[in-house]
Formats: sequence, structure tokens, C-alpha cells
Amino acid sequence: MTDGNQASIEPYTVPCAPFRPGDTADFGGPWTEQPGDLNRPDITCEAAQTQPHAHGLIRVLNDEHVASGEWNPNLDAAQLIRGLELMMTLRIYDDRMIKMQRTGKLSFYMRSLGEEAIAIAQTMALDDTDWIFPSYRQPGAQFVRGRDMVSMICHCIGNTEDNIRGRQMPVHYSWKEGYFISISSPVGTQFSQAVGVAMASAYKGDDQATITWLGDGTSAQGDFHYGLNFASVFKPPVILNVVNNQWAISTHRNLATGGDNFAARGLAYGIPSLRVDGNDFLALYSVTKWARERARAGLGATYIEVYTYRAGGHSSSDDPSIYRPGDEADYWPGGDPINRLKMHLIGIGAWSEEKDAELAQKIDDTVMASYKEACTFGDLANGPYPPASTIFTEVYETVPWHVQEQREELGK
Amino acid sequence: MTEMNMIQSLNSALDSLLTKHDNVVIFGEDVGYFGGVFRVTAGLQEKHGPHRVFDAPLAEGGIAAIAFGMGLNGLRPVAEIQFADYIFPAYDQIVNEVAKLRHRSGGEFSTPVTFRTPAGGGIKGGHHHSQSPEAQFTHTPGLKVVYCSNPTNAKGLLTSAIECNDPVIFFEPKRCYRGPFYGDPHNVPTWKGHPEADVPDGYFSMPLEQANIVREGSACTVIAWGAMVHVAQKGIEESGIDAELIDLQTLLPWDRDTVVESAKKTGRVVIVHEAPKTSGFGAEMSASIQERCFWHLESPILRVTGWDTPFPHTTEWDYLPSPARIAAAIKKTQEA
Repeated sequence: MTDGNQASIEPYTVPCAPFRPGDTADFGGPWTEQPGDLNRPDITCEAAQTQPHAHGLIRVLNDEHVASGEWNPNLDAAQLIRGLELMMTLRIYDDRMIKMQRTGKLSFYMRSLGEEAIAIAQTMALDDTDWIFPSYRQPGAQFVRGRDMVSMICHCIGNTEDNIRGRQMPVHYSWKEGYFISISSPVGTQFSQAVGVAMASAYKGDDQATITWLGDGTSAQGDFHYGLNFASVFKPPVILNVVNNQWAISTHRNLATGGDNFAARGLAYGIPSLRVDGNDFLALYSVTKWARERARAGLGATYIEVYTYRAGGHSSSDDPSIYRPGDEADYWPGGDPINRLKMHLIGIGAWSEEKDAELAQKIDDTVMASYKEACTFGDLANGPYPPASTIFTEVYETVPWHVQEQREELGK
Repeated sequence: MTEMNMIQSLNSALDSLLTKHDNVVIFGEDVGYFGGVFRVTAGLQEKHGPHRVFDAPLAEGGIAAIAFGMGLNGLRPVAEIQFADYIFPAYDQIVNEVAKLRHRSGGEFSTPVTFRTPAGGGIKGGHHHSQSPEAQFTHTPGLKVVYCSNPTNAKGLLTSAIECNDPVIFFEPKRCYRGPFYGDPHNVPTWKGHPEADVPDGYFSMPLEQANIVREGSACTVIAWGAMVHVAQKGIEESGIDAELIDLQTLLPWDRDTVVESAKKTGRVVIVHEAPKTSGFGAEMSASIQERCFWHLESPILRVTGWDTPFPHTTEWDYLPSPARIAAAIKKTQEA
């Protein structure tokens, strides 16, 4: 074979992650961006007026957990406590599911660790009938809409009570009553689909908006750009989020863009674009409310970079200590979203460590009881499983002859 | 010779080619520093440099297009698609572009790309980590399609795929990365002690387009590829019938001569694949075999395949061809 002339090729840039195992992570100390730096523009603004918001960082809680600035949503204590409870529920639930995976009761699991505020705060800011097109790190939206935890666990197990009949891997929830679209493993596909759903809402003249998320890594996929462009052209009521959590399995975000900002991409599409502290419950709630108001007013799409850090592994199959410092999360200037809201609540006199411990125990009891109840319908290690006949149903609206023949051949 | 599992033997093939040819480059999602989610490229970036083994952005369509361009311009790219289920964003680039470049340019241009991709079920991967989409590529003129089944042919065939001047889709049965799979999820051995786990060190190639007769027999011809080779072997044992087992190894262009010769000898044929039955590669083989062996056949050609449904999660053992289903088909061919 003829070998190429590699010596004449100037090596291209191959980005390396800033910190690898053995390094001490350094994100430059506390953020210089502060609450109050950025105004809350009128919802009728043009994309260009959000340039500072796309290049800056919208925060409400400062490093001392005090809320301020135009973006402060001024939620009452009851709403804040509800947000805290839902985030704690998600974390405790995730911990239980990971334990189930480790003991062979689930095949696989993905936690939202460190990113709990995203699904919880953003979904709380929506109407209850808005469409949700999640990636695999927004299952928490279901808690906001009151999905039964037993049902969620049954899905993850894939047992006889799994509403999607053991067909998908764990965490690929589907929940029609909650307008929560079945999660698909190929990353990013939901992003442009959400724009289509929003166009249909506009066509029908209903007041539903659609929200969707994908990760920094996934923003390299064509679907990300398809979604932004269709949203830019047709201006439907959609909220497009890229969750920049720094990592896509082992791939650092510097492989997803040669720049260092995801929010500013939206400006080039002519879409008002914001960049928000993804570990700040109040800021997330507020930017989503703003985007929802724009949708309701028929002003089209809003694009948001949610700036955060993936504190856990990509999934139960991943070991991040191979490719990043084991303690990198500890150095993230955004801290922990649950702790930040808790400290804020304590700061305003609406919460205490005692109440927090009591709530954690209550949630843990609920999760444990739900887990036990779910296992009565079967677990992965021991069954029972959905009947094999479910392989053949719902492939089409009605079972065609060739599929029916195969079902009879299996004889189950 | 060194005893290796399939991950190690694939790694060894890539290592030897990076050493032998300075125009070989490897890229894909998580393949660089991390060494791949299945660890197939572990250590290669450190050894051969970041511009030869590197992470790609998460964009299969982009990965295929970049491979097209690099291959066109003198490099020999080996692109990993993390799961075969994720190859579809790259389908346009592979089917319309990579596969047809040589022909559409009147032979002026070509691109010797290899796409490696883990395929097949048996790991509780559900719809999107279990499919075996070989037939979606055997229907594409201009591609070669290879499906390895053990550590030795994984290394030998991957070497030939990379050195091939035509584009190759190289399927790796992920269920067999760490051991052969005989269809029993409760008893999964490692490759330790398996004869095909003794893999030649250094550079080692095996010819494409040649099937391997795994087991000689006289009463029936069983044809399989990937993980199903091992399941078929178990099925033959369970049937108690003296069947010949052919590991097809290359699906396009396939080794028709070996298959036809065997079919003429036994007069009975069972084809096994994980992918759905309808329009699966078994259909193509069945048609070709009857065209050439009609007067030699003693019974209808049978197929044991995945069902014409999406691949399930918890019920995957009822989806995948089992030794029992294969044994039943072999026995059925004896009835005529």
C-alpha cells in the first residue's frame, strides 16, 4: 500500500481537557459575575439586546446565598421549600437507584447529580401542560409534575408494571400524562423534534410551550443546529437549552466547540440567548419564566446555556476517575445546587438544619417504601418480567401477519 | 502468540497498523485519552500521539464526513462509531458519499475508510445499544461489510479492513468482547483457554471475503456471523446432528463458493442472524443458495433470526436466536 506523506501534514489542534487525574482542578476561583450585573430585558427584545446575557452569567444567588438583582423571581418560602424538597427527592431517589444497579436489580442507571436544579427549577417555571423533551439528565421534571415514584422505579427495573413494558433501558422514561416524551438514547434527536411540537402548538393556537435540553457534547450533532435554525426561522413557542456540564462521558466540552461559550451561538441564529448559572435554582427558574412569557406572547424561541458541572459519572457504566481528577467537582465555583438553595432558605429564616435532616429522612423513607413496592412487581435479577408477547405488540398500530406469525413461532 | 480477549486483539491490530503505516489515524467519541467506552483504543493515544488517536465531537455524521475527507487526501482513517445503533446520523455520508466516491468519480477518487462499530445484543442495551444493522450496509454497493466473531479473526480481519483500499464497515459483536457467548446469559465464559484466543503478536492479517468453516459436518450447513457463531455452535451440539458450521466473516462480498459447496454437500441449510428476519442478510443468502443448489437441496432453507420488532430490553433472551431455536431448525431440516 502507498503510505501518506504524514511528515508534510501540519498536525491539527487536538484539544486536551484542562485537568486530568492527578491534577488539581482550578476553575479560576469564585466567579466574577455577580447577581445584578445583568438586567432582565423586556420580553419583546431583539436577539442583539441579549448579547451581554449570552456572554455573561445570569445569577440570583451570590456566593453567600443571598438573592438579588432584576432576575430575582421573588418566590415565596413555600415555593422555595417545594423546590428544595423536589431536588432532594431527585438526589435521594438517584442514590437508591444506583444502589439497585450495583446490586444487580437494574441493568444501568444515570444520575442527575449536581444538576438537580435544572429539571426541577425549569419545570416549575412552566405551565403543567407544557411539553417536555428531556435528555437523560432531566428525569426530575417528572417529580415536579407528580409522577408516582413506584411507577418510575418499575420502569427502571423493566418489570411487569413498567409502563413501557421493559422495552427500553432504565432512565428512558415515557409519561404521557405529564407531557414527558419518551427518552431516546441517540443524543440530541429531541432538540429539533421539540421545535416541531412547538410549531404544531402554534398551528393549533393552543397555549402550550415546549422545553428541551441537550448537553454540551451533543451540541456537536446536526440536530442541535437543525433545531436552532428551524426555531430561528419559524419562531414557535420553544425553550431550547444546552446544558453545559463540561463533560460528555470522557469528552471535555472543548471538543464540542473551539470557542468557550455555547449561549452566543444562539445570537448568530437571531434568537434571544441567555447564559445562566445552572446550580442557582432561582436564576434557572427566572430565565425559564422569561422564556415562557416570550412563548406565551408569541415572540418565538429562547435559547439558554445552562452552565454547570456533571458531578457524577456519565452513567453507571462510567468511571470518571480514569479521565478527570476524582475531586474535580469540589472545585466547581457554582457549588452544589441543593446546598445553595438550602443555605439561602436558612439565610432568610425559612429553614433549618433540623428541618432539612427531617425532610431528608422523610424522603428517604418514601423512596425506600417505593423501591420495596416496585420490587414486588419484579426486579431485573429475579423477574418477573413483562411477558415475551410484548416484544410483538405496539410495533404497529395493529399487529401485521408477519409479526403475528413470529409471535406464534416464539410460542410465549 | 498471546492469549487475548477480543478487546485486546482489536487493540493489538490497531497498534500494529499505527506502527506500520504512518498514515493511519484513529478517531471517534471517547477513543482518545479515555481509550473508548469498551477500551478498544486504550493506550494508543499515549503511544502514538494525540493527532493520530483522538476524540471526536459527538457527531457521527461529522465523523463519517471527516473520515471521507482524510481518506481522500492520503490518510487511512479508522473511525469508531460508539454503538452501531448510532451510525444512522452518518448513514448519508456512508451510503451516498463514502460508498459511491470511487464510482461517481470514474475511479479518479476513492477513500479507504474503515468504520469500526460494536453491534449486537446480549448486554441489556435495549433498542439503541443492541441492534445489528449489517443488512442496511450490505444493500449499499461500494462498501465491504465485515463481522468478526473471535479474537483471532477480529485482529486479522480488522488489519485487512484497514489496509483495504475500499471503504469497510467492521462490526464487532460487543457481547463477545470478553468471552464467547453460547446463548446462556447465566453462564458467560471468558476467552481464556479458547483456541481462537491465541492471537499472533505484531502484524497479522487474514483475507477478507473468505468464510471460515468452524466445524465440518455432513447433515446440514449452518451459517452465522458475529456472536451467533457461538450460539449456533451450541445449537448444533444440542441438536445432536452432524452439522457443518460456517462463520461467514465477510458479508459483502460474501464467500459464496464456500457456502454453495457446503450446501451441495449437506443439502440442508440453516442461516442464523440476530437482525430482524425481513430483508435480513439471510434472505439474500437463501436466494443465492437456491439459485445455485436447487437440485441439491433436500429441504427448505431455514432462517433463525431476531424478530421483526425493535430490540427489547428485559426480554432480550426471547428476542435473540437461542441454541434451542437453532437446534429445532436443524432438526426440522432433517425431516424432509
